[in-house]
Amino acid sequence: MTTVEKLVQMALVLLGFAAVVGVIVLLAGRVKGRKGDRTVAMVFLLPTVIVLLIGLVYPAVRTIYQSFFDAAGSSFLGLGNYATIFTNSDQLVVLRNTVAWVVITPFVATAVGLLYAILVDKARLESLAKALIFLPMAISFVGASIIWKLIYEYRPEQGGVNQVGLLNQLLVMVGGTPQQWLLNEPWNNLFLIVIMIWIQAGFAMTILSAAIKAIPEDIVEAARLDGVGAIGMFRFVTVPSIRPALIVVLTTIGIATLKVFDIVRTLTGGNFGTSVVANEFYTQSLQTDNQGLGAALAVLLFLLVVPVVVYNVRQLRASEA
Amino acid sequence: MTSTVVPVTTTPAVVPPEGLTGRARNTLSRPWASAAALVLAVLWTLPTFGLAVSSIRPARDTRTSGWWTFFTSPDATLDNYRAVFSDQGGGLGNSFLNSFVITIPSVVIPMVLAALAAYALAWIDFRGRNLLFVAIFALQIVPIQVTLLPLLKLYVGAGLAGNFATLWISHATFALPLAIFLLHNFMREIPKELIEAARMDGAGHVQIFFQVLMPLLTPALAAFGIFQFLWVWNDLLVALTFAGSEVRPLTVDIANLAGTRGSALHLLSAGAFVSIIVPVTVFLCLQRFFVRGLLAGGLKG
Repeated sequence: MTTVEKLVQMALVLLGFAAVVGVIVLLAGRVKGRKGDRTVAMVFLLPTVIVLLIGLVYPAVRTIYQSFFDAAGSSFLGLGNYATIFTNSDQLVVLRNTVAWVVITPFVATAVGLLYAILVDKARLESLAKALIFLPMAISFVGASIIWKLIYEYRPEQGGVNQVGLLNQLLVMVGGTPQQWLLNEPWNNLFLIVIMIWIQAGFAMTILSAAIKAIPEDIVEAARLDGVGAIGMFRFVTVPSIRPALIVVLTTIGIATLKVFDIVRTLTGGNFGTSVVANEFYTQSLQTDNQGLGAALAVLLFLLVVPVVVYNVRQLRASEA
Repeated sequence: MTSTVVPVTTTPAVVPPEGLTGRARNTLSRPWASAAALVLAVLWTLPTFGLAVSSIRPARDTRTSGWWTFFTSPDATLDNYRAVFSDQGGGLGNSFLNSFVITIPSVVIPMVLAALAAYALAWIDFRGRNLLFVAIFALQIVPIQVTLLPLLKLYVGAGLAGNFATLWISHATFALPLAIFLLHNFMREIPKELIEAARMDGAGHVQIFFQVLMPLLTPALAAFGIFQFLWVWNDLLVALTFAGSEVRPLTVDIANLAGTRGSALHLLSAGAFVSIIVPVTVFLCLQRFFVRGLLAGGLKG
């Protein structure tokens, strides 16, 4: 395809879509009065419902069904694929790594975000300071992986060979031996997790900063008059006041972390004991063509997300009441 | 829940005197606080800065020394950028265009569909409305991984495999639940009296939608638009699964480059810089809307 052909394709799909919307609006516009409400609602909702049924509901049901079958999708295995995930030694490493990602990332990212939000609160240049931390949110996981590759690069320690990675350079400067950060198991997982923390801290900081600013000034003032110090202020005023926001941030980052595979894929391809469920899903489904196991891994992701979301919604309900 | 939505105001660079009482709680720790904040800011900025510097260093330099040596022996070139756009270096020109062609419809289509659906769910009374809203809300938790393979089979069956269409449809579908939820929340905040008054004047739903709601909805639409733009532009999984080699976006090309030319740091850094410059620019220019969207989505959902 040439550049022009691609642009024409894009223009055509946008025009086609505009035409569909035009028809919808036209149809809805002809219905007048309260009796036509149902019709208008139907016309407005129909495209969305169709798209969601075909694009989300059907595939999800299909994948759940597929997860009970073998690699080729022909013979029924029952819970066999799930048993593999929880017994196969390679898969257990995947589970271990996933747990590490999902536990470490939200807590560290939130801690950093909260600390930074408090540090720069009402400081000079606050918005600039925040933008610096927040910027990684705009960068793709792939881009972030390359950025951190430049930190983790390794060169063997020989005369006349310089380190090109920042971390090894710092290590050499204090007299250490350069390390293959992304190869040495199991610590390589931590160095991959750092990248996700780097990306998510800005999200945590933004939400928490807004929550901190919403703490009524009179509460802060009253605590201050009671002689509460900085630490006490943090423990007894700040944290309890922003608790709902903290929960939202922790769970949102947890869910995002669970589903991320780009970092692992770009930097190690899941080798050297670094695979996670989301990456293993891709490998099994699209590379080794083990559809059954791939489907089971996808369903596992689904199952892990559900309790977190339910908890989140219940906490929100509680804080609203 | 309106009370938790916090107005995001930018603090003036110089703190006015009345702000001093508010700052008092931090007075004791101020110098330490500033130092700690500075350390964090440097830690968070340095990696990206290193990438930018690496991308303009000659290939030979990136192989033999770290990017920080640039400041002791500066030698800058644009060759790396020329190389990544050439066919041997990665041909990023093509995927740069593809990223745009993929992203624009993937933002516009769900935005319009969601606005219509959210309006119906927020302001039209019909039976089953709440049930439908909860169902759509619940779909937000479906991870896209669960949908990929069956979708791929559907696309193959429909003769769409590898085309832009697969990416447009997929991204639009995946975005709808969150988009509807966000826009619905914004729409519900518009006073009922406004809608009722328009209805009294004989306005139909279409007029109300375009003349009353649209102008009020612009910030919400902008927030979702930026959100979705960043999401689609930065996506790897969907593109890797569906995009044929001709329609590959930047992320896929850079990820491939990392796999096949992993040691070519000069190409990788220039390529990565090309891929992040657009979302970072969009983000910096429209930060306010983005933050507002985050707060609405985060604290309400």
